[in-house]
Amino acid sequence: MTQLLRAEGVSLGYDQTRIIDNLDLEVVPGAITVIVGANASGKSTLLKGLARLLKPDAGQVTLNGRNIAALPGKKVATVVGLLPQQPVAPDGITVADLVGRGRYPHQGWFRQWSSTDGETVAAAMAATNTDQLASRRLEDLSGGQRQRVWIAMALAQDPEILLLDEPTTFLDVTHQIEVLDLLLERNRERGTTVVMVLHDLNLAARYADHLVVMRAGRIVANGAPAETLTAEIVREAFDLEALIRPDPVCGSPMVVPIGRFHGRAPASGSDSAVPSAAPAAPPTAVPEAAPESRQIERV
Amino acid sequence: MAGTTVFGLKADAAPLAHTRAQLRRRERRIVLGLLGALVIVGAFSLAIGAYSLSVPDLLRTLTGQGTQSENFIVLSLRLPRLTLAVLVGVAFAISGALFQTVLRNPLASPDIIGVTGGASAAAVFGMLILGFGAVATSLAAFAGAIIVACAIYLLAWRGGVVGYRFVLIGVGVAFMVQGLLGYLLSRADLNDAQGALLWLVGSVSGARWQDISVVAVVLLVLLPIIRLLSGRLRALQLGDDLATSLGVGAERTRLVLLVIAVALAATATAAVGPLAFVAFVAAPIARRIVGSGGLALISAALIGALITTAADFAAQHLLPGQLELPAGIITGAIGAPYLLWLLATSNTTGKGA
Repeated sequence: MTQLLRAEGVSLGYDQTRIIDNLDLEVVPGAITVIVGANASGKSTLLKGLARLLKPDAGQVTLNGRNIAALPGKKVATVVGLLPQQPVAPDGITVADLVGRGRYPHQGWFRQWSSTDGETVAAAMAATNTDQLASRRLEDLSGGQRQRVWIAMALAQDPEILLLDEPTTFLDVTHQIEVLDLLLERNRERGTTVVMVLHDLNLAARYADHLVVMRAGRIVANGAPAETLTAEIVREAFDLEALIRPDPVCGSPMVVPIGRFHGRAPASGSDSAVPSAAPAAPPTAVPEAAPESRQIERV
Repeated sequence: MAGTTVFGLKADAAPLAHTRAQLRRRERRIVLGLLGALVIVGAFSLAIGAYSLSVPDLLRTLTGQGTQSENFIVLSLRLPRLTLAVLVGVAFAISGALFQTVLRNPLASPDIIGVTGGASAAAVFGMLILGFGAVATSLAAFAGAIIVACAIYLLAWRGGVVGYRFVLIGVGVAFMVQGLLGYLLSRADLNDAQGALLWLVGSVSGARWQDISVVAVVLLVLLPIIRLLSGRLRALQLGDDLATSLGVGAERTRLVLLVIAVALAATATAAVGPLAFVAFVAAPIARRIVGSGGLALISAALIGALITTAADFAAQHLLPGQLELPAGIITGAIGAPYLLWLLATSNTTGKGA
């Protein structure tokens, strides 16, 4: 059954500070949605709202038309799972124990561990290539291994909609690609809906079917990366002048930031996504800065 | 894009099941070892004293075939004391384990954050000012623990309770309670103050079967509930966000578990006084021994029982002659260095229980 997760006019915030005001979003089932935006644009807040970690001050998040806050927590947990940005674990926990805890929503009051639990956990660990780590302690692992273990836990929960808050932070580029490939694989082979917050616009464009661009608690653009990642929208969301070029690997839009010192972009007539104004007139263009003076100015 | 693993391939669950079984077996071995140690200490404290029995004599007495004097010494004097020591050890240990796990802070135990202190203050107030007898004093102690715990919870509440705020406020409350205790003792008659001080150290001597049955009933009711909640507790160990994501109502679960933990600490304190540091050290020692990041509640309970029984045994026989110390002095002597060690090392890892 297709699970439909929607934010309907939600306002979200912490204590007195409102981060998101009256926002609507429909998570596209079976697709990978990536949320991007500048710092403090409300990306993580939105994700927390979708995962019912934050109660909306107004509006509601619905799962198949029913208010998620009114549904039993365990039942929602079998459909929607969230991996927080910095999850915590008790000292000394083993990988097998941690991944196994993802099965909690599938367990009853008395039935603690079934063969389905065992198989699902084993599959999640095989998929994330963590099966060799089963008896190791989480704290003894490298950052990349640890992140794969956390994702294994999220996969063991076996949600149809998987939310991830910056799953690639603190990872080097190799491990970033590894994690994103893993999620893509999960999406393509199992149809798992993935919603994640990413910082890297180029990776976001490459892996997203749908891109949600946010700024100051609003959605600036929502759609296929080719339509949403234009120079205008990048400027609007990030206050950044950039060239958009096709990614040589897979053709998705690639954001090439201009910055203050590297204003002279080579002319390129072929790319229609590039607005004519952007390369010619960066906001604070520094004319012909010599490398030496550039270094001095940076200090 | 380069594919990495072959997903969809049915994974073999056997190696994982093997790993899990290994972890379980290891914990079971530890539990059995602790049980063995407890039986040995228990046998010692039943057999040894001003009148010592041999092992066959002890077994004979325990099966009801001892002489009259043996029956009296073992069954009426030593067995109640041992039973109470075991039960309050379990109650304190589980209480501390729950506090520390739920609040994710190794300093969060009822004796550090003033819950047992509240019980003491109320009990001493009852004894010295209101002239309470033994039963009323126990009730006052129970009420004191509950009142202090509620006060800490309400003061720490800010749209939810965060572990460190709860602990800081608890430590502050503990100091206030200490001040109150000091005031009560300084105003009291010397003889009364002597009696109150003895209670304040905590002792299982003079154990009565009615105290024992109260503690036993509370444990019989609460331990199965904790067993049922252990899945939620394990989810809560992963932080509020993940717990919620797994379908555990974090705030509500925390409240329920704190209520249980307070009830355990209050019951144990009402029965024997605030046995210092048992709640504080039992669970961390158990986790260190088991070493799997699991709850290790059974091991913690056994270690609590082991500490109280061993401390009481030592308290009875450490000093030459007929001099007898209250068990609380021994547990304090174990706990205080542990606290120092914890304060010296815990922040290097930065994480709590």
